[in-house]
Amino acid sequence: MNWVGRRLPRSEDPPLLRGEGRYVPDIAIGARAVRFLRSPVASGRIVALRPPPAMPPGCLFVTGADLAGVGAIKPGLRRFNYRAVEQPVLPVERVHFVGQAIAAIVAPSAALAEDLLEECELDIAVDDPVIGFEAALAPGAALVHPIAPGNVAVEGEIRPEGFAETLSAAAHVVEFAFRSGRQSAMPLEGRGGVAEYDRATGRIRLSASAQMPHQLRTGIAQLLGMPEADLQVIAPDVGGGFGQKMALFPEYPVLVWLARKHRGRFAWVEDRNENLIASAHSRDQRHVLRAGFDPEGRLLALEADILADVGAFSVFPTTCAVEPLMALAEYPGPYKVPAYAVRARGVLTHTCPMAPYRGVSRPVITFGIERLMDRAAAALGLAPDEVRRRNLHDSFPARSATGMVLDEASYIQALDEAVHILDIPAFRERQRAARAEGRYLGLGLSVFNERTGYGTPAFAARSMDVVPGYEVVDIAMLPSGEVEARIGSSPHGQGLRTTLSQIIADRLGLDPGAIRIIHGDTDRTPYGWGSFASRSLVIGGGACQVAADRLADKLRRGAARLLQCDPAEVTLRDWQAVAGAASMPIAELARLAHQRSELLSDAIGFNLAETGQYDPGGTFSNACHAAIVEVEAETGHVRVERYLVVEDAGRIINPMIADGQVQGGVAQGIANALFEEVIYAPDGTPLTGTLADYTPPTCAEIPEIEIHHLETISEATITGAKGLGEGGSIGAPAAIVNAISDALSPFGVDVAEFPATPPRIRALIRGRAPRA
Amino acid sequence: MTEVRFTVNGTAQCVAVEPRLTLADMLREECGLTGTHLGCEHGVCGACTVLMDGLPVRACLVFGVQAEGADIRTVEGLAAADGTLNVLQHAFQAQHGLQCGFCTPGFLMLATWLLEQKEGVDEARLREVLASNLCRCTGYQNILAAVRVAAQEMGVWREG
Repeated sequence: MNWVGRRLPRSEDPPLLRGEGRYVPDIAIGARAVRFLRSPVASGRIVALRPPPAMPPGCLFVTGADLAGVGAIKPGLRRFNYRAVEQPVLPVERVHFVGQAIAAIVAPSAALAEDLLEECELDIAVDDPVIGFEAALAPGAALVHPIAPGNVAVEGEIRPEGFAETLSAAAHVVEFAFRSGRQSAMPLEGRGGVAEYDRATGRIRLSASAQMPHQLRTGIAQLLGMPEADLQVIAPDVGGGFGQKMALFPEYPVLVWLARKHRGRFAWVEDRNENLIASAHSRDQRHVLRAGFDPEGRLLALEADILADVGAFSVFPTTCAVEPLMALAEYPGPYKVPAYAVRARGVLTHTCPMAPYRGVSRPVITFGIERLMDRAAAALGLAPDEVRRRNLHDSFPARSATGMVLDEASYIQALDEAVHILDIPAFRERQRAARAEGRYLGLGLSVFNERTGYGTPAFAARSMDVVPGYEVVDIAMLPSGEVEARIGSSPHGQGLRTTLSQIIADRLGLDPGAIRIIHGDTDRTPYGWGSFASRSLVIGGGACQVAADRLADKLRRGAARLLQCDPAEVTLRDWQAVAGAASMPIAELARLAHQRSELLSDAIGFNLAETGQYDPGGTFSNACHAAIVEVEAETGHVRVERYLVVEDAGRIINPMIADGQVQGGVAQGIANALFEEVIYAPDGTPLTGTLADYTPPTCAEIPEIEIHHLETISEATITGAKGLGEGGSIGAPAAIVNAISDALSPFGVDVAEFPATPPRIRALIRGRAPRA
Repeated sequence: MTEVRFTVNGTAQCVAVEPRLTLADMLREECGLTGTHLGCEHGVCGACTVLMDGLPVRACLVFGVQAEGADIRTVEGLAAADGTLNVLQHAFQAQHGLQCGFCTPGFLMLATWLLEQKEGVDEARLREVLASNLCRCTGYQNILAAVRVAAQEMGVWREG
């Protein structure tokens, strides 16, 4: 019986459902509370910074001056056109965005720490801030950092010879300029950490709501100049991350510094306002596209000019290049683009730094190319699905315009299946009838591929100083026959313990209940890269499979010795090692291996432990999303009536969990498409610092998501799985906004910005009468 | 400090707190009941929802001292003493109604209240009530499904 492929309920759930989860705020109880004094202005020079006039006993005031000797956060990229902007842990001279931590107050309680914050003396000589692309790129603009001329932090360009001629010779040139709003991943649990000094060992334990505990340890140890082995980082239950919890934020080294210097236990639990203004933002991009098509609607040339507002600093370890350079590398997506020219720039502004958020750039580039396809369809008189069909890669392996190998996939099949399910002719009939009543329905498609499960070579090609990618898994069978697997991945709610236990159980002939997945603790797990980029199941799962296969080999050798047969004759299933008519319980084999080693040691050594390593080159998931929406012309309100996903993520390990990832991703994508935006006032003050202003959708706004799976088994990964954590959020903005534009086509407008909020939609159609 | 007497999940409590301490912090820090989570501390997300004298409240918007004499129920009171999940909790697991689990206690308490209403639950009421709380992981549909299934199993589901 195979466990892979089954809708196994999650082993993670029972404690979480009983309120027995252990999140950072739970661990923080009883620790001395740390709160941060944050900059109220976007740009300026610190003139005075003093503690409250009277500090009660047990309270501390910590500034950048106290942290002398602590290094600055400096995310490295080995590219000539990257300006490595350093971020001080706590600044002593200048502030660069509203919300930047300037000083820390420590008090016996959070309430007292917050009281004291209000009594701190802070005087900043305010400068005019640089807010938005236009201000940052204007000639003579003030520099956010002197080392970045023109406020460009990173730049990349590809321009093949003869490109301009190819583009201008095309029968049809379609242009599209658009903007994506600044957004927050907004995990429901904010950031936070508890740092504790252990008097017995002199070591520090930092429990942090983090996606990459090993990187956090390395980064903090380097900043503080402390032995890395003296720092243990634990990611306990993590209440969502979505990319936001990958970075080494300044607050964490402050906590560790406090614990070392003052030999105590210190906790910072972020509040929602801090999360919205000071954690990390994403998406904020502006693109100009020009595409040349032949008379039959085939793409001949694509030109993209990409700007990404990366905020005031580059984040560690991913750097501020992650959004603009991913857009540069992956713009053509699933489409054949014979000639591709692109320029991408990461632009510095006096705003919160930009970090990865589920999908990373691809929600934006998919929006760009999918809106472009709809415009091309209109210009060429083709149906939206037909123009896509004519341009999608249809033989594999294919090579993308930037040289990436696209492995076997189902781009056209996914589109065809979506079109079939949707019954577009019937929809058009309904759309016509609705228009006659003054109701505006629209249908939008979105086709994309999602680079997933890519290991070290792909990241090394990005020239990052910190190159992620591989995963290592240490697996051991205990004398009872139960198995412990220690993984470098670190989940934040995806159900990874369950899916990995399914993979391991199949290889060892056990059931998943016998497998313990140990993660999120640098003392107990091999060095690894956590969870991001739809990788943990593909790469961590691959490493689990390698480790389990090695352990299975060992078990077969041991069983063969005891059953007096050839190891190749032994199969492991249902807790038994079986060779022909003979068999023995795996648990008995495990007991003998440990406790009667004289029987087995010359065949298998002294323990039942193995290591698995995995570092795949990467694969591509793909999907077609489709949305049907109704737009209320009077108010600009959009209701999502139907949402369809035809998804191909290779082999599905646990369909229930896979569907959950798709549903959750689509919900975030719909939120990105319609609702959520971080807005700054011209002076750099965030106007969306609460959930009443930054408005995530509720269950009233998110429809049922219909999910259909195709399963093109990946030959690029050993499990056949392709990864799908981000896909939902990648496809949704394009599908939703294409649907809105289709709905509003009688008004002769289309939407070139998301989120497509009611005011934006009203501004587009105000004063326009619909054509019949 | 003010002394507050109340019951939590049937157990009498007496704690001394600052008047400004919220009910959520009082439950977490003074009673050790950390299942009640704080997602926003300004009453929007609903992660801290508990039942107070039979009504769902945002524990971040209620002061601890307001619980004087009250009967409070939290997520820790749902499962049996041996940890066996109740019908609603079990439905959340079976329907994959949680991912990171941070919003889950609030949804469970909100749904517990809904399922205990005499008039029962139909689809419109289900969505209306659960729209009180935010979830960032699941896309909501499995949460709705979990409460729907629990209502059916408890015999309080009404076809709308």
